[in-house]
Amino acid sequence: MPNSASRTLGTPVEAGVRSPLTTSIRLKLRVPARLRNLELALVLLAIAINIAAISLVQLGAIGHLEFTAIGLDALLGVLIVALHVTLRVVAPDADPLILPIITLLNGLGIAMIYRLDLADKSYGWGSAGIRQILWTAIAVGIAIAVVIVVRNHRVLQRYRFVAMFVGIVLLLLPMLPIVGSAKNGARLWVDIGPFSFQPGELAKVALAIFFAGYLVTARDSLSMVGRRILGMRFPRARDLGPILVVFASSMLVLVFQHDLGVALLYFGLFLVMLYVATGRGSWVVLGLSMLVVGGAIASQVLSYVNGRFATWLNPFDPKIYDEQGGSYQLVQGLFGFANGGLLGTGLGRGRPDITPLANSDYIIAALGEELGLIGIFAILGLYLLFVSRGFRIAFAGQDDFGRLLGVGLSFAIALQVFVVVGGVTRVIPLTGLTTPFLAAGGSSLVANWIIAALLLRLSDTVRNQPRLIVEAAPDVGAGMVVR
Amino acid sequence: MNRELKRVSTVVLIMFLALFLSSTVIQVVSADTLRGDARNARSLYASYSAERGAILIGGTPIAQSRPTTDEYRFQRTYTNGPLYAPVTGYFTLGQGNTGIEGALNNYLSGTSNQQFFDQVNAILTGQNPKGAAVSLTIDPVVQQAAWDALGDHSGAVIAIRPKTGEIIAMVSKATFDPNLLAVHDSQKVIDTYDTLLADPSGPLFNRTMSGDFDPPGSTFKLVVTAAALESGKYTPDSQFPNPPELQLPQSNAIITNSGRDTCGGTATVSIADALRLSCNIPFAQIGLAVGGRAILQQAEKFGFNRTVDVPMTSTESVYPRGLDDPQTMLAAFGQSSVRASPLQMAMVSMAIANSGVLMQPTLVQSVIAPDLTIIKKLQPTIFSQAISQQTATTMTQMMINNVSNGAASNARIDSVSVAGKTGTAENGVGEPYSLWFTGFAPANDPQVAIAVVVQNGGGIGQNGTGNMLAAPIAKKVLEAVLFR
Repeated sequence: MPNSASRTLGTPVEAGVRSPLTTSIRLKLRVPARLRNLELALVLLAIAINIAAISLVQLGAIGHLEFTAIGLDALLGVLIVALHVTLRVVAPDADPLILPIITLLNGLGIAMIYRLDLADKSYGWGSAGIRQILWTAIAVGIAIAVVIVVRNHRVLQRYRFVAMFVGIVLLLLPMLPIVGSAKNGARLWVDIGPFSFQPGELAKVALAIFFAGYLVTARDSLSMVGRRILGMRFPRARDLGPILVVFASSMLVLVFQHDLGVALLYFGLFLVMLYVATGRGSWVVLGLSMLVVGGAIASQVLSYVNGRFATWLNPFDPKIYDEQGGSYQLVQGLFGFANGGLLGTGLGRGRPDITPLANSDYIIAALGEELGLIGIFAILGLYLLFVSRGFRIAFAGQDDFGRLLGVGLSFAIALQVFVVVGGVTRVIPLTGLTTPFLAAGGSSLVANWIIAALLLRLSDTVRNQPRLIVEAAPDVGAGMVVR
Repeated sequence: MNRELKRVSTVVLIMFLALFLSSTVIQVVSADTLRGDARNARSLYASYSAERGAILIGGTPIAQSRPTTDEYRFQRTYTNGPLYAPVTGYFTLGQGNTGIEGALNNYLSGTSNQQFFDQVNAILTGQNPKGAAVSLTIDPVVQQAAWDALGDHSGAVIAIRPKTGEIIAMVSKATFDPNLLAVHDSQKVIDTYDTLLADPSGPLFNRTMSGDFDPPGSTFKLVVTAAALESGKYTPDSQFPNPPELQLPQSNAIITNSGRDTCGGTATVSIADALRLSCNIPFAQIGLAVGGRAILQQAEKFGFNRTVDVPMTSTESVYPRGLDDPQTMLAAFGQSSVRASPLQMAMVSMAIANSGVLMQPTLVQSVIAPDLTIIKKLQPTIFSQAISQQTATTMTQMMINNVSNGAASNARIDSVSVAGKTGTAENGVGEPYSLWFTGFAPANDPQVAIAVVVQNGGGIGQNGTGNMLAAPIAKKVLEAVLFR
């Protein structure tokens, strides 16, 4: 961290300790742009859109305004502005687009979940929409805590094995007798009293931290040392060991928990981070062929995987459509999309409630119905922008741990969007995953807001590096960076 | 590391492109197919929550959607339901639509492609989407006259303007009240439907154009005559033997004329006289001489063996292929397995009335958008050139004689020359007859072509004739058109 004086200096400063040299080195300090004002403007715009969306939902579905929900949504806006203010203090150079994007996505999700409540005549504090607002508040609170507590992301690297342990425990929790519980055939939940939590979502963050921390330290030995078999270099067991243990245990647990989507997410995350860290394309090939073989075997052995493939290929087959656990939901989702068409029915004016699980797995179909293809493009565009901001960190960052963590976290979001939206729109077989920031579910919200908080922190340190450009340095090597 | 990052970025971009593509395919390219899927309940709800367009006759709605407080927002109501049921059909809660309600559902519900910009406008302005109104060619006076004239008989009347194809009356009895099927209670709808379907009087069938048809009987002699004249080998004066009874070849069956006698008492009889007096034996011989293939070709020019969209799709009237000689002879006076709808027989008269040019029959005058712009307007189109102008002129004269001085005397109207042909079709041993009339008027400047069928022998078994029961009904309808 630079001291505060050097940051505010706009004029060339002297660097270094020994005085005779410094006169010959003219350095320019790039002063960070005033990003926070841009962020505030965009966040306020996003909050305004969110409140407008809730109001439109009410006008469309029940014909009049109902101020409890609007008020709560506005309070949520206040909390998000609080996060913004926190950023002004603790991370003034953080990326200005991340917070507005997730504010908008989260708000659209709340509007749609609330809209589905109205269709089901579910009101009050127990309804999914109000719960989503409360969960968002909790998630934003946790995000504030993360940006305050984690003042430097490199600290996380030190806790990589703690992260691994936490990740594995979180994955195993739903398997425990009393607290674990199964919903819709997937054993993913932990019930504590009235609260139900999906720890696998948080495990995603922990494992990304572990992968990044471990791969940074082990990547040289992973890519350089090892035996060459069939033209490919395989690393030593002790280098690869921890990764394989984490990976295999997560896969096993997930196969037993019947959640293909999360398995796919971890697999992709692992593969991409490994590739970025080591630069070995052959491992990607190996990983993808393992996925294909594994998928082929699973579709033969596991009936629910087989069913997913069947519904993916022939959803309109009357037999598959009528079957228990068949393609009814998928087809109803497609009908919803079609009903929306190019322009959508307008908020509150479609029938997204016909599709089962419309507020979680199928929220994108619900949004597609009421906001149309235009709305879907806007939402996908927001995700793409979010992911690109994360990748920007990875491109511009100076430390490899931060870069790896940045690419891991943002790729996790990208892959999650692809798996769930691709599943609903028949690009790939349908697997259960929550749509980041949109879908109903507290654990997913908390995990994704933590990801956003970490990306904000990473982006702050990236921009915060005072880049000193050496104008004339006859005695010193070019490209010197001063901390 | 940057090289790897670039590649991963490319992969992410490809993943998102796939999503952009897949959502476009679903929401734009295949959206119509998905909306049309029978399992798509949204289309049904949408068709209800939009204010469905009215069905109008002369500017007055006979079917319209009125606001209600229930979840479907609008209730379809029919004015004079039973009278117009064959035309409007019914509009139910997910149990199918028929008639204009079914055939023009896209327009009425506002989802046709021509209404795309209205949909955009409705979304942008936040108004409820509205369907287009459909204005029909039906003339309420003629429709009512046909309804009254048919009385309590089971049967059908259809009246069409031969020069444009506009259907001005379409009555079918027994009938039903479409209001009963428009209730917002699926179970009630199903129960009512089942009751109507089980009713032996068959109220759900639009007898003018669908369901099981009657043999056309002697009205089919018009088709055989047309085939004979069009062949160029025969004139109205061509003579055929005139025995009192005739044994069919390869068979013991004996056919007779309706009077159980010769046709007019002469040794031979002309085609013109055989038609005027409606004799079976000469026509059996004419049919055999002209040949089944020529009759088939002529029948198909009039519209047999194919469906007609008016815009509801009709059931095909049938003149079978490959008849043997005795079947050809029976078919020549509209028996054997020949079946015809009143629409079909009206089309025969239409072609003769319009100098041989058969116009496409239609019920739709115009489709009017909620902002009163005309989306679609009736453009009379030619269905076929059924016969030559000369044959048409000749046959018009023969049909005039049939009414003024022949077997169709009950269709005579003072001061107007009517062209017509009756039919008394047998339905099997002991079964009541089906009684027919088809024709047009005024013969010199035809304003209307008509076909009437009275089923179940008009309640008097085998004692009725086309001239006795069907011709007077036609007369009343023609008068309603000509003297309105």
